[in-house]
Formats: sequence, structure tokens, C-alpha cells
Amino acid sequence: MDFGPFFLLATLEGLVQAAVLCLTALGLSLVFGVMRVVNVAHGEFFMLGAVMAWWVATWAGGHPALGFALALLLAPLLVGAIAWAGERLVLKRVSYDPEATIVATIGMLYIIQQTTLLTFGPDARAVNPPFYFRVEFPWFGYSGYKLCVIAAALVLLLATWFLITRTRLGLIMRATRFDRETAENFGIAVGQVYAMVFALGAALAAAGAVLVVPVRQAHYLMGIDPLLLSFIVVIIGGLGSIRGTLVAALLIGLSDGIISVFFSPTLAKMISTLAVALVLVFRPQGLFGIRARA
Amino acid sequence: MSNRTNKDSPDTGRRKTLRTLGAAAGAGVAASLSPTLFPRAHAQSAPIRIGAQFHRTGIGASYGRWYERTAQAAAKLINDEGGINGRPVELVVEDDGTDPKRGAEVVEKFAAQHNVDVAYGTLFSHVVNGSAPRAGELKLPYIVVSEGYHVASGKLNRYVFQPGITDVRSQVISMAPWVASNLGRKVTMIFPDYAFGHDHRDYFSQAIAAQGGEVLELIAIPPTETSFTRHLPRIARDTEVLYHVMVGPGVLTFVKELGQHFGSQRPEIFGFIDSLEAVDLKTPQLEFLEGTYFWEGYPRYAQPDQTEHDRFYRAAVSVDDNGASISDPKDVSTYAHMFGCWETLFIIKQAMEASDYGGPADRARFVEAMEAMESFEEGRNHPQGRKVFDARIHQCFGHQSISKVEDGRLNVVHRTSIEDGRYEAEADYTTMPL
Repeated sequence: MDFGPFFLLATLEGLVQAAVLCLTALGLSLVFGVMRVVNVAHGEFFMLGAVMAWWVATWAGGHPALGFALALLLAPLLVGAIAWAGERLVLKRVSYDPEATIVATIGMLYIIQQTTLLTFGPDARAVNPPFYFRVEFPWFGYSGYKLCVIAAALVLLLATWFLITRTRLGLIMRATRFDRETAENFGIAVGQVYAMVFALGAALAAAGAVLVVPVRQAHYLMGIDPLLLSFIVVIIGGLGSIRGTLVAALLIGLSDGIISVFFSPTLAKMISTLAVALVLVFRPQGLFGIRARA
Repeated sequence: MSNRTNKDSPDTGRRKTLRTLGAAAGAGVAASLSPTLFPRAHAQSAPIRIGAQFHRTGIGASYGRWYERTAQAAAKLINDEGGINGRPVELVVEDDGTDPKRGAEVVEKFAAQHNVDVAYGTLFSHVVNGSAPRAGELKLPYIVVSEGYHVASGKLNRYVFQPGITDVRSQVISMAPWVASNLGRKVTMIFPDYAFGHDHRDYFSQAIAAQGGEVLELIAIPPTETSFTRHLPRIARDTEVLYHVMVGPGVLTFVKELGQHFGSQRPEIFGFIDSLEAVDLKTPQLEFLEGTYFWEGYPRYAQPDQTEHDRFYRAAVSVDDNGASISDPKDVSTYAHMFGCWETLFIIKQAMEASDYGGPADRARFVEAMEAMESFEEGRNHPQGRKVFDARIHQCFGHQSISKVEDGRLNVVHRTSIEDGRYEAEADYTTMPL
């Protein structure tokens, strides 16, 4: 294949990757930004989203589009509910202590993963895409559904942005993030905000997974990669900075796609990891991060 | 958290937990000790314990599930017919998680905790490579159904055997002439980037060159890859045959993406069924595979010339004529590989009987009895067909099938001879000390 079409394909692949990564990493970033909790179980919420999508789609039967639409609606809600329960039962009880929450979320990671293994089983299962068409470029064919993943992710990102910047709920979230004690003094129920943010973060990861599961497959170990990439993105973008997260997700997603196509996927991972190391050395607060308030 | 009331201080809670843990550990130790404390209590009727290492979890889980079912079916038949040397066979199953490190631990557990007589099992080459050295150190016979060239290469040790399934090197050289004369000579290969894939890369490249063909491009895929579109542009434009072998949970995605990439303008495609074991060929979007060819170790779909042995074996492992479970048509078997577990268990029985095996002290005699074998005749115990066993490299050689996808089913179009797949042994395990 010539350079031009090759580059086009690489960019498309990178954009799909970036779109899903934006959603997943945004969830992680929100949780850290508002709650100061490093959620190691975040990848498992992604996996749960994919598994729930399979369950809902299988249960719904009928036309794949129906099952998929239901999954896109229900899976993030269910995963959000599980995360909400996890927050109330575990994170609240350890008083959001930074070290304790890391250990607690590691525990959640294993509980979720092993429960899925016990119930869903160890097989990779496919979810049918809601529609199937092939976009014919002169040099190669490309899945039309994948292009729609990019669009759908954009819509979800805009909705999240609207929620955070233009609604009362978002205002409360931002206030809690800015200064927990002052927010509490103004009568904001910080505990409830935390539970909601944790659920929202998980739901975002789940939504990303539902979008991507028709082109991947649901598998109980699929949460590891998105977790690593999300951490890479959040560290590069700046912990807690939403703008930074989006820019970094686009950067990492695209570079991962392009480097993987032209060189090798292993090299792409090495370069992302190197970027994290460089950011940590030269700009510890991340590209868009603000130094933590004392 | 739930068993801690408000009255309990954290300390008493912790103590309680410790006490429970201690009791559980004590019970576990007692349970594991008891067989060694009273070994003579039930000497003759005591079962022969075969450590069965399978992929119950991890990326090889669908293989593991069917390997286990097949092994249990073979063990049941052996027991129904009087066991081995008058003793029943008991499979002690352990999950290796499709993980080499865990594989070595399982072998250790077989020897130290379960006191098995021999170990048997698993598929993925990296797990076998991880487990085999420990089996050698423990002098525990380790009989695998793994298909890779690692056993035959001579790089493992005298305790490792592969008598039930032909290795990859033999498979590919036996089929290369057919591929070259029926599909084409300019080949692009897509294979997983670990030992099993490298066997394909090395030996098929050689074999196709020997047929006057050439490999245009080698595309190695990292084992954890979940999307493949990015690799597909490397398929050379003048490719006549696309050779694919992929193992891992992402295979269905791989085939779908191949379909999106090529559309109707595709080269001839020759693949290894490994990619689609346990996957229903009638899955949507797999229509792309219509008219392509697959290697099968053993034909998944009952063929018009089905032998009585295949009929017997299929019923014993509860698989229907389409290669799916009789109780659940959606549960497709790993038919092209799992026969190896069936046949291997009968070979273990044969070697134990030939060596008058009585217990772990006779393991060396068992190894020598295995090495004394020369061939296995087609029959109920060897439904896949006749095999020749080369004791020097602990490897068997059998027939391979090439099948074409027609109307969502695999029809055999060519069966290789045993001679097609023979190569010169490059090692001799029998000269190693026992």
C-alpha cells in the first residue's frame, strides 16, 4: 500500500482508538479530579460494560440494532449502579484515604474480574454491531460502524461536557473538586457527590466499552489495556484536568494507531510509556495540570 | 466488613479473621497430608492419578474446556473397561490459566501435593515451554497435546512427550505442496508472535520455498492484540495466498476485519482452524470465509466417508455431526485438536501396561515403555487415524486434512499421507540420562 492510503488507514484506526480512550480516560480523570481517588478498578468497569452489553443484547434478541440500543442505555446505568454501590460500601468506609483507596480498588478489580469469570465464563463473546456496512475507499475497505463509533463518542463527550459546565449538578461537582471543605460549608452533600462522580466515571468507561465491543469482543481480561492507556493519558494530560485528558487521549490514541500501523504495536506502547516518564520528570503536573492546592 | 459489628474493635475483628484463616490452613494441611500418612491403606485398588493440566481460564479457555471434557470421556471409557493394570484412573485437574508461570506451579503441585503418577495435558506452547523444565527436574513424565515443534526440537527433556498430535513443523511441510499447486506460490503469512507462530513462520517458509514458492511478507501479531486492521495494509499486493494462523480471544475480530479490508477482492486464503476452534462458522460476518481453506487436525464436521471409529468417538465426547456439543449446539468444540487428549490417554494406558507400572518409583520404566512405541493403528483409541511415533524426538506423525468452507461447513478436500509430513529428527532424547 502507498504512503497516502496507508496513512489514512492509520489515522482512522487512531481516531477510533482515541474516541474510546477519551471516554474511558475522562471517567478516570473525573474520579481523580473530584475525589482524589486513584481508581485501579477502572478498567474492570470498562470490561463490565462490554460484558453487560453482551448480556443485554443476547437477552433482547431480535434485530442487533435493538439489542445494541438497549445495551448502550442499560450497560452504563448498570455499571454505574455497581460502581455507586462499591463507593458506598468500600471507598466511603476507608474515608477516601489515598493509600487505602488504591488497595481497596485493587481489591475491587479482582472481585469484579473473578465474578465475571465465574458467571460470564472465560470465553470471548461477540456482540453484533447494530448495522453493518463497508466503506469502500479506493485502496481498502473500512468498517462503517467504526466511523460511527467516533461520532457516537463525540456525542457522549459533548453531553458530559454539557453536564459538567452547564448544569447545576456540574457546578456542584466542580465546587467539590475545587475545595471540598468550602463546598461542605455551603451545604453540598459531598459524600453524595462522590458517589455520583464515581458512578459517572464507571458509566463513561462502560459506554466506551459498549461502543467498541461490536468490533472487539467481550472477554473477562479485556480491562487491563484500557486501564493502562487511561493512566497514561491522565498522567500526560495532567491529573484531574479534563481538557488535558481529552488532548492527551487524542494524542495517545492517534500516535498509538499510527505508530502501530507503520512500525509495531509494541513500539507504540514503548513510546507512550516513555512519554509518561518524560512528563513525570519534566512536568510532573502534566501538560495541562495545575499544581495541587495545598 | 459484614461480620464486624460496631461493638467489635478492629483488633478483635482482625483476630477473628486470623483464627478463621488459621483453621482453614490447618484443615488444608491435614487434607493434603493424609494420603501420604496412610499410603498403604488401599494399595492395589488405589487409583492411578493422572495430573491433568488444562486451560480452564485465560486466553486458551475454550480449548481447555473441551480438552477436559475429552480427557474425562476417555478416562470414563478406560475405567468402564477395567482401568489401567486393574486400577481405576483418576484425573486430577488443575487450571494453568494459560500462563507459563502458573503452568510450572501446576506441575510442581502435581508432584508435591497431588502425588500424581504422570502429568498430562495442555495446549499453548508458551505454557508447555514454561512447565516442561520443572517436569524434567522433578522426573515427572509430562505428556502434552500442544502441537508446537518444541517437543520434537529436542529443546525440552526426556520426560516430555507428544504422542497424540502431530507437531506444527510436520503439519506445514505436509501441506505446502498442496498449497503451492492448488492455491498459489506467493504467500503472505500472518501469525501470532510467540513460539507456536514462529514454528509456522520458520517451517512453512522453508517448505513453500522447497516448492518453488516464496513468502512475500511476514506479519507477526502480538498475542494480546484485540484489533488487527492496522496490520492488514502490510499484506503485499501481489499476494496469491494469504496464510493465517491466530490464536487468542481476538480471532473472530480478525476474520471480520479481514473481510472488511478485502471485500470481494481477496486472494486465496489458507488458514489454520486454530483461529476458529470453538467458533461457529455460521457466525454473522464469517461468510467472508466461504470458499477459503483450512487445515484441520481432525475434521470438525462428520464427512460422507465417516469411519465407525469417528462415530464412536464423537458420541463418547458428546459432539454432534457439526462439531458442537449435543446438549448445546452453540457450544462448538475444538474438534481439530482435542482428539489428541483422547488418543494420548490411551497411549499412557498402553505404556503403563507395557511397563507394569505400579507407582511413581516406576516412572523411568514408564518413560522407556513410551520410547519403545513405534506406531498407533487407527481404531477406537485412535479415531483420527494411524500415527507413527519417533522415539528419538518423542513426537508422533499423522495425517492432516485440508478442508474448504462450503455453505458454512468444512468439507475435506485433501488428506496428506504420513510420509508427506516426515522430517529428519534433529535430536535424540533417548540418549539423555533418566
